[in-house]
Amino acid sequence: MAAALTVDCRKTFPGRFTTAVQLALPLDQPRVLILFGPSGSGKTTLLRCLAGLEWPDEGRIQFGSTTWIDVAANIRLSPQARWIGYMPQDYALFPTHTVTGNIEYGLSDLPTAARQERVRELLALLQLQGLEQAKPAQLSGGQQQRVALARAIARRPQLLLLDEPLSALDAPTRSRLSGELRALLTQLHIPSVVVTHDWAEALTLGDTIAVMNAGQVLQVGSPQEVFSRPDNAEVAQIVGIETVVQGLVVANDNGLATVSVNGTMLKGLGADVSGSAVYVCIRAEDVLLEQAGSGITSARNHLSGLVTEMLPQGVLVTVTVDCGFPLRAMITRGAREDLGLERGSTVVAAIKAGAVHLVPRSQ
Amino acid sequence: MNWIAIAVTFKLALLTAAVLLVVGLPIAYWLTFSKWRWKFIVESVVALPLVLPPTVLGFYILVAIGPHSPVGRLYSDVVGHPLPFTFEGLLLASILYSLPFAVQPFAAAFEQVDRRLIEASWTLGVSKLKTFFRLIIPLSAAGLITGAVLSFAHTLGEFGVVLMVGGNIEGETRTVSIDIYDEVQVLNYAGAAKTALLLLAVSYGVLLLVYAMNRKVWAVWPQR
Repeated sequence: MAAALTVDCRKTFPGRFTTAVQLALPLDQPRVLILFGPSGSGKTTLLRCLAGLEWPDEGRIQFGSTTWIDVAANIRLSPQARWIGYMPQDYALFPTHTVTGNIEYGLSDLPTAARQERVRELLALLQLQGLEQAKPAQLSGGQQQRVALARAIARRPQLLLLDEPLSALDAPTRSRLSGELRALLTQLHIPSVVVTHDWAEALTLGDTIAVMNAGQVLQVGSPQEVFSRPDNAEVAQIVGIETVVQGLVVANDNGLATVSVNGTMLKGLGADVSGSAVYVCIRAEDVLLEQAGSGITSARNHLSGLVTEMLPQGVLVTVTVDCGFPLRAMITRGAREDLGLERGSTVVAAIKAGAVHLVPRSQ
Repeated sequence: MNWIAIAVTFKLALLTAAVLLVVGLPIAYWLTFSKWRWKFIVESVVALPLVLPPTVLGFYILVAIGPHSPVGRLYSDVVGHPLPFTFEGLLLASILYSLPFAVQPFAAAFEQVDRRLIEASWTLGVSKLKTFFRLIIPLSAAGLITGAVLSFAHTLGEFGVVLMVGGNIEGETRTVSIDIYDEVQVLNYAGAAKTALLLLAVSYGVLLLVYAMNRKVWAVWPQR
């Protein structure tokens, strides 16, 4: 059997819920596993169990050939013995230590020269040169995040655990750093588990996404799979993005990007330069359906296609339109009757450029 | 002024503070981080000297270290003289008497240390003991100094315990507070006033230091 991280744990929080998680992450080909879900879904608890900071009531966690926890056999490996890199949500930088002091904190076993060399490497890798002697309080949010990341990877851990790595940052910094973090994770080649409740972050960073709610893992799959083909209504509601397709930016005019999806051209907002690979994400409620041949609207995208599927959900109907890629639209029953929509009808989907979200992805 | 009494007093207070800095830290650490449900029993024992009359505390210590107790016998067998009415006996009594003045500020300071910082240290492979010295101690520096200074100041002014356990031996156990009492007994108010003023000045100075220090927030707290 190939080396893997396997989790099979239960933990009860009296008065709240019981988390019961079964997961596997292959280790031979380092991948990024995203734990995705609303707050209170048990993501952080699972991450803390992996870090050895919390103990499940029953079950086991196996990392390759090492058992980290086996409650039945009374094996509990301490966090110190797991050789991990753990980054908590608000970084937990040591306020009494400088940037250098924080980064080299876990390296005291190394000889001085090797330690200094490693710190120099990390300062360069995370662009922290010039801040060596600064205290955490003097750093910006983005700088603090990079110091925390440098500290977590300094010992070359065998598993990297990141809890909401970007959520403490303001929105512009967040979108800039998510791309950098993705590049870094690819470059580091360390199996990673990342907790997030932000779907754009999940799409950007993840190779695999585990959707969690109320302590359970509901679905595990590739980002596109989980977002476009949720297993059930609960997953669909949690992910909240009905259309996720792969696209390629072919032009960008001052932030108005043109993306090609299987040959269909779409306009969306994003700073991605021409040639970059993206996920095109569209919420079903942002898609307007109109009869073919009607007039000009302010929407930048008018995609004509055939209705392939209609799913009634209460007063709403989710309509899937094949316009080169499956696009989901959410309309009322009344609108469906007015348009006379049936399976096979031709319809035009109008989407404002602002509703077409572009999320960078690895090619 | 009785300089010999002053010297004995300061020596006693310094040694008491020093010993409590060493002994008080593990006790405070355990009180802060232990999850033992009966922990409050130990907490109450540590706090007892705050409420007990010094004569009662002194009485029990005297009995406990006296020649009729196993501890007292063992000590006199090993050292060659009994423990009560010696400087060492007085030191032991002072340590017990000032225990809460050291342990409580220490524990309060440990309590203030962000648990996430401690966890981060553990995940970086640093043992609990090393985390204590490398992270918890620097982060609770102000509380540790406060505890040491308070136990120093508290020992400077102790009276009842000294009288019970140390007696009144010049150069050995006669402290400033006993000296002041003696001066008043022989109606030497001028002599008592001078020594009392010295004690007042030193105590006030020490407390000034503690309060000023706890006001000044040097970066001991994670910025949000």
